[in-house]
Amino acid sequence: MLAGPIGRDDVVVRGARVLDPVEGIDAILDVRIDQGVIAQLGERLDTNEHRVIEAPGHTLVPAFVDPHVHLRTPGREDEETIASGTAAAAAGGYCAILAMPNTEPVVDDPETLRGLRTRAETEAHVAVGFLAAITKGQAGEELAELGSLADAGAVGFTDDGRPVVAAGVMRRALQYNAITGRPIAVHCEEQTLTRGGHAHAGAVATELGIGGWPSLGESLMVARDVDLARDTDQHVHLMHLSARESVDHLRRARDLGVRATGEVTPHHLCLTDEAVRTLDPNKKMNPPLRTDDDRSVLIDALRDGTISAVATDHAPHSPEEKEVSFESAPFGVVGLETAFSALYTYLVDPGVLTLEIVLERMSAGPAAIFGLDRPRIAVGAPANLTLLDLAGSWRVRADRLRSRSQNSWLLGERLTGRVTLTIAAGRVAFE
Amino acid sequence: MSELRVVPGDLVPPRRERRHLLSVEDLTCDDVDRLLATARSFAVSQERETKKLPTLRGRLVINLFYESSTRTSSSFELAAKRLSADTLNVKSAGSSVEKGESLKDTTLTLSSYDPDLIVVRHPEAGAAGVVAANTRARVVNAGDGKHQHPTQALLDLYTLREAFGRLDGLHIAIVGDVAHSRVARSLVQALRLVGSDVILVGPPTLVPNGLAPVSHDIAAIADADVIYVLRMQKERMLPGASFVPSLREYTARWGITPKRVGAGQRVMHPGPMNRGVELDPRVADSPASLIVDQVRAGLVVRMAVLYDLLTAGPVAVETAVGVA
Repeated sequence: MLAGPIGRDDVVVRGARVLDPVEGIDAILDVRIDQGVIAQLGERLDTNEHRVIEAPGHTLVPAFVDPHVHLRTPGREDEETIASGTAAAAAGGYCAILAMPNTEPVVDDPETLRGLRTRAETEAHVAVGFLAAITKGQAGEELAELGSLADAGAVGFTDDGRPVVAAGVMRRALQYNAITGRPIAVHCEEQTLTRGGHAHAGAVATELGIGGWPSLGESLMVARDVDLARDTDQHVHLMHLSARESVDHLRRARDLGVRATGEVTPHHLCLTDEAVRTLDPNKKMNPPLRTDDDRSVLIDALRDGTISAVATDHAPHSPEEKEVSFESAPFGVVGLETAFSALYTYLVDPGVLTLEIVLERMSAGPAAIFGLDRPRIAVGAPANLTLLDLAGSWRVRADRLRSRSQNSWLLGERLTGRVTLTIAAGRVAFE
Repeated sequence: MSELRVVPGDLVPPRRERRHLLSVEDLTCDDVDRLLATARSFAVSQERETKKLPTLRGRLVINLFYESSTRTSSSFELAAKRLSADTLNVKSAGSSVEKGESLKDTTLTLSSYDPDLIVVRHPEAGAAGVVAANTRARVVNAGDGKHQHPTQALLDLYTLREAFGRLDGLHIAIVGDVAHSRVARSLVQALRLVGSDVILVGPPTLVPNGLAPVSHDIAAIADADVIYVLRMQKERMLPGASFVPSLREYTARWGITPKRVGAGQRVMHPGPMNRGVELDPRVADSPASLIVDQVRAGLVVRMAVLYDLLTAGPVAVETAVGVA
């Protein structure tokens, strides 16, 4: 279901701490890759004239999978292209990303989807999976051709950027989607509660006089959609969860055996609405940054697996769109190149989450939600590997980002833990 | 607006060292005292036959207004003129803004005239900060969305101090549409800074929690020294949003009528008034009203703000400060 380059690189990564929490590996080992496939794990391996990457002091982990990326292609190639977005992904340690269909035009017909997949085969630096729209034009009325889109390679369906407003349409989509077996991913927003909202409806927005986007605006829709998933016995994936109440609904649903999964972004795990006080448009996201209480609930949910994936919701915006007042700026931030370092700096280094949990939720977790092969460090598996320098620190600079857009919430910040090499589908994609 | 530190020549001072008035949060108690004292001395000067002072001769003040305004724009313009500064008034209507020019580009364009100070009013929160980030001039926020209107808060403090001789321990009831009011936000912060008590009174849909104590019962104004009446800000409400069932019901429950104003209580309103909606005309025109005093204070307080931003502090540092 993924489209992208397949590599046949011959590489030996020597002396790294090899860490794959799912495979149960944590040891100093050499890893030999023959023709893009992991051939041998062991000590002092023959290099067989392979390229040797000396990596003592570094950590080699399964490469990351991002279930939520906006590549802005087609339509806004000034903000991101398949090439630039996947270069950013490779720099962030990702071997695969899933692209959202809310482009111009919307990816709601098989031809558009096939065209994108063909382009990804030649332009992409890492594998790309494309989601298609649930409804035609994402208008929330008529179903898109879910069956044909699945046949054309859609990894799932979403009207991301907006909710499917009518419960009846959403229910029919879930019922019909039984023929594809691919997840339906939902952007949970009850728009009559969020209209005019620019920041979390709480103390900070009240003090600043900014329109509020309440937690209820998300959780009410989460409650509806998990109930629809329960009713139809279909899989609903809840995107970019931000509020305690939403996590409550998801946890209860999962306890009942409902096929519901969730994802959370690095910015919702690291920041609260206090960050909005500066009125920096790069702190404006949809859903908005919430309170410290919400943040700690999201962290707990990620730890216990209620939320099983980290998703960047990488949302490139051009400078002219973001160099405006907070209220007129569009929602969204880029995140591919900083996701791991942000989580390491904000959560792993201070001891809030273990490295193993973060690695699993950035790789095997999202892969499982979308039925993709999980990146793993095992003989015979395609080489999808990321090399990390956990002690290395770096400053996030706009002019160093590979994304075409620079709207990062971390500009100017010094982060700990950096990606030094990414091998995606058997090919060195970033070093 | 804390004093500038003198910085060794080889160090670029951080941006916050540059003095703007974007929010009441930029002010300390000392700043308020100094500004109100300066305003009072300007008030004395305004009683003379020749009202113009040479203080800011040769300086350029640009008034950049993206929203309609009578009081604020006219008083800033007059304040600058009374201090002998050159003024340039730019309004969004009839300017390149109507052709789609961004706030950043308009700021860069106007900054090429080397203004000393830009006064900006804009319908969006944070707009004054965008201007400040793109100019070397000082910036005064004359209202950005529902966010801040610091000079209104200062002129209200000035009015209160003139009327009561003190600010500490005064009890102020702010009545009406707090949710959509930048005046209320700035004023609550300013009153807290100087030690006055505040209660917010009005309908639950228009009075948010978290700024100050709240009551939905108009009887809560009885203990106040001052009833500060806010305008129903229809222009800031989203189309179709119904915050109160009708203006008639609002007026019946929360309108300030002669019966609701106790002996000795004073009444303020930032203007423009909806006479007969939030404020009964008989109250507005009564001796209890400080509304005209507020307008008069607007001129001298804005003179004080311009004077303070453009003359205080070691000017030499300015040249070392890069454009943000």
